[in-house]
Amino acid sequence: MAFVNFSDDTTARLLLDKIHTAARSLDQVRLMEVCGTHTMEIGKLGLRSLLPKNIALLSGPGCPVCVTPGSYIDAAADLALSYGARIVTYGDLMRVPGIHTSLDEAKSKGANIDIVTSPLIALDIAKAHADQQVVFLTVGFETTTPASAKAIVNAANERLQNLSFFVSHKIIPPALEILIADKQLGISGFLLPGHVSAIIGQMPYQFLADQGFPAAITGFEALDIFSGILFVTEMLRHKKAAIVNAYTRIAKPQGNQRAQEFVYQVFRVADVLWRGIGILPQSGLVTTDEYGFFDATKRFNIPHLDDTEMPEACKCGDVLKGRIRPVDCPLFGEACTPSSPVGPCMVSSEGSCAAYYKYGA
Amino acid sequence: MCLAVPGKVITITGDIATVEMLGNITTADVSLLEDVRVGDYVMVHVGFAIQKYDEAEAKITLELLKDLAEAVENDGIR
Repeated sequence: MAFVNFSDDTTARLLLDKIHTAARSLDQVRLMEVCGTHTMEIGKLGLRSLLPKNIALLSGPGCPVCVTPGSYIDAAADLALSYGARIVTYGDLMRVPGIHTSLDEAKSKGANIDIVTSPLIALDIAKAHADQQVVFLTVGFETTTPASAKAIVNAANERLQNLSFFVSHKIIPPALEILIADKQLGISGFLLPGHVSAIIGQMPYQFLADQGFPAAITGFEALDIFSGILFVTEMLRHKKAAIVNAYTRIAKPQGNQRAQEFVYQVFRVADVLWRGIGILPQSGLVTTDEYGFFDATKRFNIPHLDDTEMPEACKCGDVLKGRIRPVDCPLFGEACTPSSPVGPCMVSSEGSCAAYYKYGA
Repeated sequence: MCLAVPGKVITITGDIATVEMLGNITTADVSLLEDVRVGDYVMVHVGFAIQKYDEAEAKITLELLKDLAEAVENDGIR
């Protein structure tokens, strides 16, 4: 057994030809992807310049770091600086500007911050520092939520008293609902995130098809992305709307049910704040009462997050909604670059602005 | 942030497997999967195997895509 290569040039070129053929009988097509990994791969492939002129690829709110509220960043920095908590986080969050500060800045002021690649490491850190309050910054979409849930279950099983989780998990389908309701965006169809779908399966997207939006669950290699675009374009051409699974080697129709069981053992769905977008109904996860002991917002009385602020003049909010392209922001590439970013879309390596800067429009 | 890296399960002890990923040996928690076995290929994200990699499906998909791509040429649409 081995991994199958999905980046064969000849096939990619032929699929691209077929996209061009399909596009000829269509007016303007606006396809949105909602996954930072897609944003980066599309940039890397130089796909925007290869597609027919009437197919526009929009990047939606697919970067969890970018939609994490500024007040969340400030609150995490405050936990470290005012309460002396030891913060454990994915590296992606370090440079993201909050409203008043960033974790990087907090660290330079003496905050104790560990960067990790798995929530399980937060458990090890808590065990190694039993005299400190350890807080794991629990962010991410559905791909990541099962790992967070399992880490919390493990912390409960191990009765770790000094570990808590500052949860800011988001779920993708409610964001898609908001995007299709915004007629100004004129979205024609979607490339759906392959690894989110590996967890949630196909059903949660059905409302898109029911409301006339074709969509393809799409993987991350060249042929995956080309075929995802082709399937959606073909559906538009035939005036059909369905959810096509173009990533069956990983994303099963029912998703990963065992992983979902862990998620709903620990979390429940709630209205949550998306930075730059606002509070979206039933669009995120909070800890259930059963696991409330591990909820950092309860342990430290963290106030409810209700800001949507972006740094001044930063258009990240409009970029996240696909309302403007990163290059349409007056700060892009001048006042705002990856080495000196103004807003979260440029900070995160998966932000739309960072992808445009790195790979060009 | 939703990047997942493919790996091959080498050993399993309880929830934890050793996994060969991109030529490196590392560990991954496999408790989110049912029936994971030594020799399986899995997708690893933040230290957890989140789904198995289905090689049979991969081959079918690739064949379908190649057929689809070839069909363009045969139609003479190019």
